[in-house]
Amino acid sequence: MTSCRILADGDVVVARQMARKRAGELGFSRVDQALIATAISELARNIVHYAKSGHIEITEVNRGRRFGLQVVASDQGPGIADIDLAMTDGYSTGNSLGLGLPGTRRLVDEFDIESIPGRGLTVTFIKWKP
Amino acid sequence: MNRRVPILRQGQTLIASVKDAVSDQEMRDLQARLLSDVVNTGASGAIIYVSALDVLDSFGSRMLSDIAGAIRLRGARTVIVGIQPEMALSMVLLGLSMGLVETALDLDAGLEILGHGVRL
Repeated sequence: MTSCRILADGDVVVARQMARKRAGELGFSRVDQALIATAISELARNIVHYAKSGHIEITEVNRGRRFGLQVVASDQGPGIADIDLAMTDGYSTGNSLGLGLPGTRRLVDEFDIESIPGRGLTVTFIKWKP
Repeated sequence: MNRRVPILRQGQTLIASVKDAVSDQEMRDLQARLLSDVVNTGASGAIIYVSALDVLDSFGSRMLSDIAGAIRLRGARTVIVGIQPEMALSMVLLGLSMGLVETALDLDAGLEILGHGVRL
């Protein structure tokens, strides 16, 4: 497992470079490396923007004969009250494009959000190796 | 960590060459400097060369769109040059098309769009 603390916008770059390196070592294509790095960039920025601090963890995952990279982005920030609304294209509370979460979901194969409002947010995604 | 993006001048065109990994703060810094350089030099065009950039996510794309929009309001044009294929795919999946911002494959094509192509 590789882990990265997210505290400031410089950590967004550190996290996505760490993920790209790991994905490259595991044999993911250049395109998949870029999709993984971009997804992490979005999630890490959300942490800095909304929660101030959090963690990104990268682990390898096996399911049946499939092999993939699992990323967990977690924080103890305000969380999301209405996840369905947050997953709607164009919705944002943070003065951004509002494409962060639904856009990020399109970059990866599996995507899950859990939140307890006021307690934090955990976003998990998996990119399977073809 | 202050690695400023260099801005070069070629005739009436300013060229900003973005390195492999740029933090949000460095992107904001580029935005401010490129716009003020366009004003100060009276340049008619700007090229932002992003070929080496590792990721162009929603924030980075918005920064580039905003720079191009501000420069257009100053009566100059901006071309984003060198978006890598995997980056282009990520941007489309994220829902980012860069809208009205002009793009070019390489520096020659970018300079040509701005009317500063090399004439033989």
